[in-house]
Amino acid sequence: MSTNPNPATPTNSDETIVKKKLGVGFWLCVAWLGLMAFIALFTPLLPLKSPTQNFLDTTNGRPPYSPSWKHWFGTDKDARDVFARTLHGARISLAVGFAAISAGFLVGGTVGLISGYFKGWIDRVSSFVFIVLLSFPSLVLAILLTSLIERSLLTISLVLGLLSIAPVGRLARAATLQFADREFVLAARQIGATNRRIIIKEILPNVAIPMSSLALLGMAVAVVAEGGLSFLGLSVEKGITWGGLIQLGSESSKTLEEAPWIAFFPILMLFLTVLSLNFAGDRVRNYFDVKETTL
Amino acid sequence: MNPLDIVRSEAEPLVETVEIKTHFKTPRGIARAVDGVSIQIRRGQSLGVVGESGSGKTVLSRSIMGLLPRNGVIREGSVRYQGQEIGNRTPKEMRSVWGREMAMIFQDPMTSLNPVMKVGKQITESLRLHLGMSASEAMTIAEKLFRDVRIPEPTRRLNQYPHELSGGMRQRVMIAIAMACGPNMLFADEPTTALDVTVQAQILELISEQKRDRNMSLLLVTHNLGVVAGYTDEIAVMYGGKVVEKAPTKTLFADTKMPYTEALLRSIPRLDQPSHSRLATIPGRPPDIVHPPKGCRFAPRCAYVRDLCLNEEPELQQASTPDHTFRCFYPVGSPEYLERKVELTRKGELVSTGDLS
Repeated sequence: MSTNPNPATPTNSDETIVKKKLGVGFWLCVAWLGLMAFIALFTPLLPLKSPTQNFLDTTNGRPPYSPSWKHWFGTDKDARDVFARTLHGARISLAVGFAAISAGFLVGGTVGLISGYFKGWIDRVSSFVFIVLLSFPSLVLAILLTSLIERSLLTISLVLGLLSIAPVGRLARAATLQFADREFVLAARQIGATNRRIIIKEILPNVAIPMSSLALLGMAVAVVAEGGLSFLGLSVEKGITWGGLIQLGSESSKTLEEAPWIAFFPILMLFLTVLSLNFAGDRVRNYFDVKETTL
Repeated sequence: MNPLDIVRSEAEPLVETVEIKTHFKTPRGIARAVDGVSIQIRRGQSLGVVGESGSGKTVLSRSIMGLLPRNGVIREGSVRYQGQEIGNRTPKEMRSVWGREMAMIFQDPMTSLNPVMKVGKQITESLRLHLGMSASEAMTIAEKLFRDVRIPEPTRRLNQYPHELSGGMRQRVMIAIAMACGPNMLFADEPTTALDVTVQAQILELISEQKRDRNMSLLLVTHNLGVVAGYTDEIAVMYGGKVVEKAPTKTLFADTKMPYTEALLRSIPRLDQPSHSRLATIPGRPPDIVHPPKGCRFAPRCAYVRDLCLNEEPELQQASTPDHTFRCFYPVGSPEYLERKVELTRKGELVSTGDLS
């Protein structure tokens, strides 16, 4: 701290700390995710064509119609506007991704924190449950569960949330273990803080840092998983999802050859969203990966 | 309260332990970290606890405060605070004692402050928790506390994170936090070990100044006899979980009884020695507290060891001066000790650095 190995860079005094940067890429990803979130939230208010209306154009022959000024992303076989449908698809896909990872964090994070802090039998039981959950092939479990239940936004989110409990919980537990024995926890105890207070005020803010990148990465996984499920026809029944659109556009190799735009645009959206989530998650992890020796 | 009571309460120890034992269950067996320690600390008095790593000094201070791990601990004996038994209290019952009555300063101020919380928040926490102050009231007190521990620009410092402060400054923050609720008893667990040598003296000075101003009692844990010398009234030397010698600071230095204490003293540099003179070391390793030696715990490493030492454990005995106790069959100055010393000096095994008295 007192010596500065590289004399060219400014010294680490209070005013001139060399700050780590998240980079342009990160902000581009955030911008994309912000745009997606905006679209997902406000689709009904946007001046879009109806996603369910058939825009049959007798002068243009049989649908699907290729991308044009009128239909930016073209139309599908029923002459429905792919652009409008793709934007509408963002709603369910992102909502499921977000709800799933939130549910996973709520349950897995809480259990992980508690078991990492108290250790003992609570820890043994929860670790066992996590291992059991992890040893199911998750896609198979998801298919099994979704084929048994009524598939609504809520239930699909819950199923994917259930699958994210174990990985989230294990990371939360590991991160908590790392901090639970640190002296500041003992220091908080010795000024009379309760366990609940220590967990919430002392440990949670520390654990939240590694968890924040997992939230982004986990959401990416959930979005992809939802896409996979709807591709198999096992996602939300009523409504448009990216997976469903992709499935519609790639029913047969003939469709893909003759009208690739039907599947291409939803795939592009899904790809960019997942890429953004992963990239942002990665940057966040790097940003907060502070070695104590550099402090 | 009538005057007689005040006199009595002055004489009565603030903190007293009677034969406390703290054992940990480990895969190898039971580790006797603290094995029957009795100490008394009166109000305003300071006790230094000295020992090597693993001698049980840290566990002793945490046992008194009740800050032990939840699992795998066996506790025995009695801890009294202001005459009340607190050794058997649950952490929940101790919460009213922690912070307000007893507080602790830890070794490494980097790990004892929460890295993601502003130091101002960390200090106001306990004020709001115990004294029920509002945020702004607590902030005012925090600023005063920061000024008390000589932190320059307290208002700005309160809004900083621990990593923005230097090691010495962090330890000052730690002291301010410990002082926040005005405890009667302060535990300082190697408070200067992680700090720069130049800062160490300042921090010790600050601790003893706070102790004086607030009429607190202090238990100073350290491995450095030189450190405790100037800041304590009494010193307890610990070895293998037991107190092997206890005496008022001056007596301990002037009239050392235990060969272990003598060896410790010889291992610190002294100003009156010629420079570059060789420091004595204590051969061997600290005892295994899971399987301690049968006789005296120091016997395997002691230069003055005899058969009796290896087979029987010496009891704590009274020296000629009051308040001075030690655990040794052949203390420094005894005929057996002198006889052996002559032999050792002749063989050149003892790097003689003159008498300590």
